Amino acid sequence: MKFTDEHEWLTRDGDVATVGITEHAATQLGDLVFVEPPKVGTALKKGDAAAVVESVKAASDVFAPVDGEVVEINDDVVKNPALVNSDPLGKGWLYRIKLANPSDFDGLLDEDAYKKLIG
Amino acid sequence: MEPPVSDTSSPHPKSILERTPLYALHVAKAARVVPFAGYEMPVQYAPGVLKEHLHTRTAAGLFDVSHMGQLTVRARSGRLSDAALALERLIPVDVLGLKSGRQRYGLFTNQNGGILDDLMIAHRGDHFLLVVNAACKMADEAHLRTQLSDTCIIERLDRALIALQGPKAEAALARLAPACTGMMFMDVVTLDILGSECFLTRSGYTGEDGFEISVVPDSASRIAARLLEDETVEPIGLGARDSLRLEAGLCLYGSDLDETTTPVEAGLTWAMQAARRHRGEREGGFPGHTIILDQIAHGTSRCRVGLLAEGRAPIRAGTKLFTSEDASEHAGAVTSGGFGPTVDRPIAMGYLPPSAAAPGTVVFAEVRGKRLPMIATPLPFVPSRFKRGQRR
Repeated sequence: MKFTDEHEWLTRDGDVATVGITEHAATQLGDLVFVEPPKVGTALKKGDAAAVVESVKAASDVFAPVDGEVVEINDDVVKNPALVNSDPLGKGWLYRIKLANPSDFDGLLDEDAYKKLIG
Repeated sequence: MEPPVSDTSSPHPKSILERTPLYALHVAKAARVVPFAGYEMPVQYAPGVLKEHLHTRTAAGLFDVSHMGQLTVRARSGRLSDAALALERLIPVDVLGLKSGRQRYGLFTNQNGGILDDLMIAHRGDHFLLVVNAACKMADEAHLRTQLSDTCIIERLDRALIALQGPKAEAALARLAPACTGMMFMDVVTLDILGSECFLTRSGYTGEDGFEISVVPDSASRIAARLLEDETVEPIGLGARDSLRLEAGLCLYGSDLDETTTPVEAGLTWAMQAARRHRGEREGGFPGHTIILDQIAHGTSRCRVGLLAEGRAPIRAGTKLFTSEDASEHAGAVTSGGFGPTVDRPIAMGYLPPSAAAPGTVVFAEVRGKRLPMIATPLPFVPSRFKRGQRR
């Protein structure tokens, strides 16, 4: 599992990566009440606003961690945003992206680096 | 991800933030503490806003509202009616008609009919006790001193304020203060809790039955801790306080009310009793009375409205409202908005022209470039459960 300094996590299966937000981010946001993943087929550039997550307190953008095309979204979190709080690294995944450059994945933070980042 | 942008915050630098007498208790209960109106206040505890909200609606929640201002007003003449008439020069409600042991909602207005603050006015026998918003309390005190010092003595009380709210609040408080069970909504009494003299009102700002307990700072933690020993009582942060008051259709000063909004626009005409209106015994005589009484007679160009979202996306304060999906000009804006845990939908309040405010009217909120439908809805979103009715 890889991480970004924007508090996303990614796992990779071939040239497709699954993207979610970290437990740290989910805790900081508080109870999520709304998730809007990107549409399947959307071409994303790293840094684009890809998804929106809203907690009882605030709305936050989830930025694309890599370049690629959205190939699948998690309908379960749309129906039940609380999954992101209860299982952020599992059932709370947001979307899957086909990596434009599979090597981008290797440039992301590893777990130790991310843990240092959040202190 | 970007950090949450609409988190509760205040312009005060952290160095001068104050703490309430319950601060240590908040820390001991693992609260997430944020700056709010110049204080370090708990925004939520471990269970989080949703669970805290629902707990208050089904059991009892304990809120630290010690940041609010408590001011007493006495007449120099010794006759309380003189203090009542003095307050009526600033507040468009019937203060003179308020009976001893009773409390009433009120507003400070300005010359344009706008609202300087909203407050509670309690008749405590030989004086009035005003409870005002934290962010306005210095200005309110200065306003009272400037305007009323000729006839009144204004005093700021250094007391904590604890709100206990919810259907189980009465039973929990009755263990420490059995006499509370005889109180009705908006009753005011003085009684002893754990050896401290408390000013108790049966009121709150959640739409639930409940109490507010004013007590000297040194005793506040002990009383709060004892109430929290009751298995039905949990500490509740500002996050849930906000969603509870929004569901109850209650205004937040600085969001739903401000110096450019009149009581008539805000739908608070009910707070102005007949004595202060046209043909009343003490008609007008408060700042902005010409504008406000004219609006009562002839209507306003905008009014506060409840809005229920058709979809699941929360509609936040500041969101523009349109009367159609393709209207080019917005007709109004949301002033409070978020997720309503009890109604299980996004809810909001905002201002719209009366023509777009009738219950059932569909309007559109513009969120991230999309126009999302909302339905104008009578307030409150959740029925109030105040203890009204016949006095025994």
